Amino acid sequence: MRKTKWSFLLTLMLVLSVFAAACTGGGGETTPEPGDEGKEETPGEVTEEVAQILNIIDTAEIPTMDTVMGTDAVAFEVADAVFEGLYRLGENAQPVPGIAESHDLSEDGLVYTFHLRDAKWSDGSEVVADDFLYTWQKVVNPDTGSQYNFIMGDILNANKIMAGEMAPEELGVKVIDEKTLEVTLEQPVDYFISLTAFPVYYPQKQEFVESQGENYALEVENLIFNGPFTLSEWKHEEGWVYKKNPDYWDADTVRLEQINVKVVKDNATAVNLYDTGDIDRVGLTSEFVDKYRNDPAFTTIEETVVFWLKMNQTRTEALANENIRKAIAYGVDRVSLTDVILNNGSIPAYTTVPKGFVTHPETGEDFNDKYGDFYVYDADKALEHWNTGLGELGITELSLEILGGDTETSKNLNAYLKDQLEKHLPGLTIDLKEVPFNVRLDLDDNQDYDLQFAGWGPDYLDAMTFVDLWLTGGGHNKMEYSNTEFDQLVSDAKTSLTGVERFEAMQDAARIAMEDAAISPLYQRARATLIQPYVKGMLIQPFGPDYSYKWAYIEK
Amino acid sequence: MAKYIVKRLFFTLITLFIIASATFFLMKLLPGTPFTAQEKLTEEQLEILKDKYNLNDPVPVQYANYIGNMLKGDLGVSFQFGNRNVTDLILDRIGPSAHLGIQTLIFGAIVGIFFGVIAALKQNTMWDYGSTFLAVLGKSVPSFVFAGIMQYFIGVKLGWFPVAFWDGFSYTIMPTIANSMFTLAVAARFMRTEMIDVLSSDYITTAKAKGLNSFAVTVKHALRNSLIPLITVLGPLTAGLLTGSLVIEKIFAIPGLGEQFVRSIYVNDYPMIMGLTMFFSALIILAILIVDILYGIVDPRIRLAGGNK
Repeated sequence: MRKTKWSFLLTLMLVLSVFAAACTGGGGETTPEPGDEGKEETPGEVTEEVAQILNIIDTAEIPTMDTVMGTDAVAFEVADAVFEGLYRLGENAQPVPGIAESHDLSEDGLVYTFHLRDAKWSDGSEVVADDFLYTWQKVVNPDTGSQYNFIMGDILNANKIMAGEMAPEELGVKVIDEKTLEVTLEQPVDYFISLTAFPVYYPQKQEFVESQGENYALEVENLIFNGPFTLSEWKHEEGWVYKKNPDYWDADTVRLEQINVKVVKDNATAVNLYDTGDIDRVGLTSEFVDKYRNDPAFTTIEETVVFWLKMNQTRTEALANENIRKAIAYGVDRVSLTDVILNNGSIPAYTTVPKGFVTHPETGEDFNDKYGDFYVYDADKALEHWNTGLGELGITELSLEILGGDTETSKNLNAYLKDQLEKHLPGLTIDLKEVPFNVRLDLDDNQDYDLQFAGWGPDYLDAMTFVDLWLTGGGHNKMEYSNTEFDQLVSDAKTSLTGVERFEAMQDAARIAMEDAAISPLYQRARATLIQPYVKGMLIQPFGPDYSYKWAYIEK
Repeated sequence: MAKYIVKRLFFTLITLFIIASATFFLMKLLPGTPFTAQEKLTEEQLEILKDKYNLNDPVPVQYANYIGNMLKGDLGVSFQFGNRNVTDLILDRIGPSAHLGIQTLIFGAIVGIFFGVIAALKQNTMWDYGSTFLAVLGKSVPSFVFAGIMQYFIGVKLGWFPVAFWDGFSYTIMPTIANSMFTLAVAARFMRTEMIDVLSSDYITTAKAKGLNSFAVTVKHALRNSLIPLITVLGPLTAGLLTGSLVIEKIFAIPGLGEQFVRSIYVNDYPMIMGLTMFFSALIILAILIVDILYGIVDPRIRLAGGNK
């Protein structure tokens, strides 16, 4: 009996040991030392030269490498690294010459003539004016299905073409010769040059695109590049590698030799990878902020993204009452919201245009300095407006729904808003409806909400990207806000006014929207981020790509 | 056997057709938009886009088109990834998921069986209690908790294995262990119960009385008969692994299909939802079929070809 038991055990041990061997074998590979990837230094050698390799992560796979189809930060960031338009975003989001060496502007501010420099595609061919013409016509062509084509709306006939009322060939863009491109606008646009730095405006080579057919931009081999880097490797859902582009016109400026990007969707994993030295940069969700707040690598990147409560004046009639809307705007303590709930460097918002985004063309003052803050938390004022509003409506109780997101952060915020409003406004009941982003977009589109937690980031360097959201019947209004004075000011700023007058008209428009309590601003977002101090020159952009790498380098 | 398999395959096709139809109509009830930049579009542009992707057609027409294309092997193109077609997207990402799934199943089953057998043979000893404790732990603690703990302590603090990514065998060890805890627990508990049951049955006593040695009795008779019910459980477990690996793939940054399944529903990527549902359904049905065939192999009392109920 004893013998048999032993033999059985022995057999099992054998089976297991074979299995264990299989698990630890694996061809005798060792776990690489963190940060070893790509280093070519011999151990112990003291070198002046540090390897110019940056290791970063992105939170998603590249959705598309076709610049006319991009809609999100990842697509824009990759495009910014490997392609280049007429201009590119430099320091402080100011456009600097890219493929265009310079441009002339006609007296009436309508006709831009771009002079292209000698620049090459990675297949050796020249970047020519035709590449821009071909791509821009493709962007505005409704058959293309570009969701960002509105960004070309200022070019002559663009809107009619997008609506299918005109042929793409009618677009106000002309090739004068190989190196000269002429662009005619519908009306003068102060910020048009910054628009040309937007990835949707980048060129594509017709001959190459057509030679690839349906495979264009699907893999590295189906692409050619004209930017500071080339995409040398792309493993879907896993990551990609940029290599310095030796054919880039300004290659001498580019110091990074290689950028390794891995896709990491889980923030805790990303932080662990940063801790082991595998990556040089990581964004922090609020639960990690306190742990790393005193780390020398800790920084908060103040974004020009504002979040607010939209107040729909049609579904629940009470929201058409200005006092009710003001009560809601006064009734939220935004300081606790940013410091306790978000805890990531975000700041309270009291206006519709973010702080630190645009400045007065003459005085250099921030857009919001002229009229200051609106609806700073005040429980007494909230109650006063609330009672007045209820009296005007002849009711004592009100039920409203807050439509919000379903992420962890959103849920905390929604709960906080419910608590604040119910506490400060007696008789108010708030129901929460928490849905994924794409569902919220659709409900917004159908105006199927009372209060909606929403946000907006800029698409170009001008206050208009925020101001015109609240035009009567505008594509983003979707809450039935309407004020003729506001509409007039925005319309003037879009057509007849320029410079200081235009800027001040937008300031006045923004003031009117706030005085009407069209929306209730909540906070301006910041990103708590760890960036290794040896990473220099990486530009953080307020719109388009989150980061630009052309001027980045490693200095240890 | 062959006749049985052909018959089963025929029913598989019918099942898949029913799944495709049900999913399609349910998906049409999903709220939301597939256009992530919808808030930037005018009504006209939105209509143009919907026309482009045939989303304005009546649902029965869309359904007929979809089924027609599917029969031709065309699952359409994804909304999330430019013009990439769904078949390519799935084939691109299936490798790591399959690797992790199979490795998890094999590891979980073998280790689970081992612990189960030990527990049965050493009833009411520390061996038994230890294995029971492990099983309770594996069953009650979610795999992502194991994953997080392992990643931090084994990956970051001790540096034994890579923290994340998918770049060789050493990268697969932590995800496999974290992912297999549940399978391991189920297999261990099942094995223990069955083994105790079988060891006390008459034919084992007879075998022992005939003077067969203990090893032959345990392995040839008891183990084989105890495995039958286990196979029943492992079939559905395989299916569970497909969805269970979703969190594990995310935590260890594995470029697989798991996360994409949830993501596609989240962003209303209709072709991707359909493609993945069909793909996973086919896999699960296949897993169940394999289990049924294995039954016939391990248990001669089950005759598949009979088929007459």
